[in-house]
Amino acid sequence: MSEAIVSLEEAREDAYSMPLEDLNPAQAELFEADAIWPYFERLRKEAPVHYCTTSEEFGPYWSLSKYEDIKAVDMNHEVFSSEGAITVDDPDADFELPMFIAMDPPKHDAQRKVVAPVVGPANLAALEPIIRKRVCDILDSLPIGETFNWVDKVSIELTTQMLATLFDFPWEDRAKLTRWSDVATANEESGLIESEEQRQQELLECLAYFTELWNERINKEPGNDLISMLAHGESTRNMDPMEYLGNLVLLIVGGNDTTRNSLSGGLLALNQFPDQMSKLREDPSIIPNMVSEIIRWQTPLAHMRRTALEDYVVNGQQIKQGDKVVMWYISGNRDEDKFENADDFMIDRPNARQHIAFGFGLHRCMGNRVAEMQLRIAWEEILNRFSKLELVGDPVRVRSSFVKGYLELPVVLA
Amino acid sequence: MAKITFITHDGEKHSVDADNGISVMNAAIDNLVPGIDADCGGECSCATCHVVVEDKWMAVVGPPGDREESMLDLNPEREANSRLSCQIPVTDDIDGIVVNVPEFQM
Ligand code: HEM
Ligand code: FES
Repeated sequence: MSEAIVSLEEAREDAYSMPLEDLNPAQAELFEADAIWPYFERLRKEAPVHYCTTSEEFGPYWSLSKYEDIKAVDMNHEVFSSEGAITVDDPDADFELPMFIAMDPPKHDAQRKVVAPVVGPANLAALEPIIRKRVCDILDSLPIGETFNWVDKVSIELTTQMLATLFDFPWEDRAKLTRWSDVATANEESGLIESEEQRQQELLECLAYFTELWNERINKEPGNDLISMLAHGESTRNMDPMEYLGNLVLLIVGGNDTTRNSLSGGLLALNQFPDQMSKLREDPSIIPNMVSEIIRWQTPLAHMRRTALEDYVVNGQQIKQGDKVVMWYISGNRDEDKFENADDFMIDRPNARQHIAFGFGLHRCMGNRVAEMQLRIAWEEILNRFSKLELVGDPVRVRSSFVKGYLELPVVLA
Repeated sequence: MAKITFITHDGEKHSVDADNGISVMNAAIDNLVPGIDADCGGECSCATCHVVVEDKWMAVVGPPGDREESMLDLNPEREANSRLSCQIPVTDDIDGIVVNVPEFQM
């Protein structure tokens, strides 16, 4: 990496020398530099429910860093609302598609119920052979013995193709899915778009495109893909168009970065913990548990945010009505009171499934089984093909305190 | 103390003895009954301990509570006798109970 903003040692020094009340974990640079860990370590020890008043970017917010506190707040949707905003950053409110991830009951429940069957395990089983075939094709096309970027050639490509498969999306246009997903969450600082108008323009194109697909599928025999299921499903076929589109975008966004960065995270973890790679080769039946451990260790969404609807005490701290409350999943998943040697990647960790990366409660990730299936197939087929997966340079990480992921992982295969 | 029989989706029966005070979910996990994930560890917030209670035992265990109902309600595969097994305490009253474990937890 070029000049790192902080090394881990500097970060440790900094985290422990500053006054506790100045601590501000919602800093994209710290995530980009992989230097966030000591800040959360100190918070977990000294201020598990911490109020930050020093963020110019986001204003005052509470940080929850312990597993049990996060879970308790996540479960308590009566007090801690998802309505309108689910990250520490407040959205620009003028062009928001209705998505149930940012709604409270009863609206949330009604909408989620409509879409949930399409990612139900029975439907997924039907899609598994197609997904496996596509995974194999991608892996078979990778260069052997030369350096390439795993993020582009494997993580992004696999995730895009799997999304395209789930939607039976026109194959030649599949790059659009990745683009729309990136655009949906982009802002002007991200460099992806020039202006808010451009973002809205592109999303409207997305809406038009999906409407066409809907119209085409509704006139055909019911198929296995998500759009066809929505178009023919008894409870979904009369869905309001905006609702349909909001929900599709949620599926695209929800299923994209998260799975992508888990695919990258797994490769990094197995390189940082080579003994685990040997263990995996000896016993590939550990793969399903390893998938949970990869998701715990990576935690592709570092946090979710709630807004307090009333005054409420969490672990001794008085939270006030209207306060922003950030649940740092990334920290909860490294909580030693829940996970022994929590920073270590252990593919046979007995309680890996209990990770908090999917959230808990009413908003618990709806695509969790899709994500697990994708990762399981990918690792089964990777192991079948390559005797070596060697990371040959430093990872380049995403500059964000929400999406915890990678831009570059230089790799050589054998 | 109660004897609990879990029937997995392939028809296989797993009978276990459980002490009062734990939950039916705990009884399954402690005895390695397949098909129950229990990701949240028994706090009614993941719905991956879903079971379908045999008809005649429904009156004994009763309907789900409010929080449990809202979690179950999100599962497209729920049935009339669905319960989250972490919310069924083991007591002498349920001795002999039979529950079905679905093929998939969501
Ligand atoms: C490793 C991969 C994934 C991770 C770590 C992840 C993480 C999360 C988290 C933390 C939430 C909770 C939001 C909250 O509590 O406010 C969530 C919700 C959601 N996720 Fe995922 N996700 C993943 C993959 C997917 C996939 C593949 C899909 C779609 C196919 C998906 C669709 C959704 C949807 C629709 C919601 C909203 C649920 C609701 O509000 O009721 N996710 N996800
Ligand atoms: S174990 Fe999570 S709801 Fe029962």
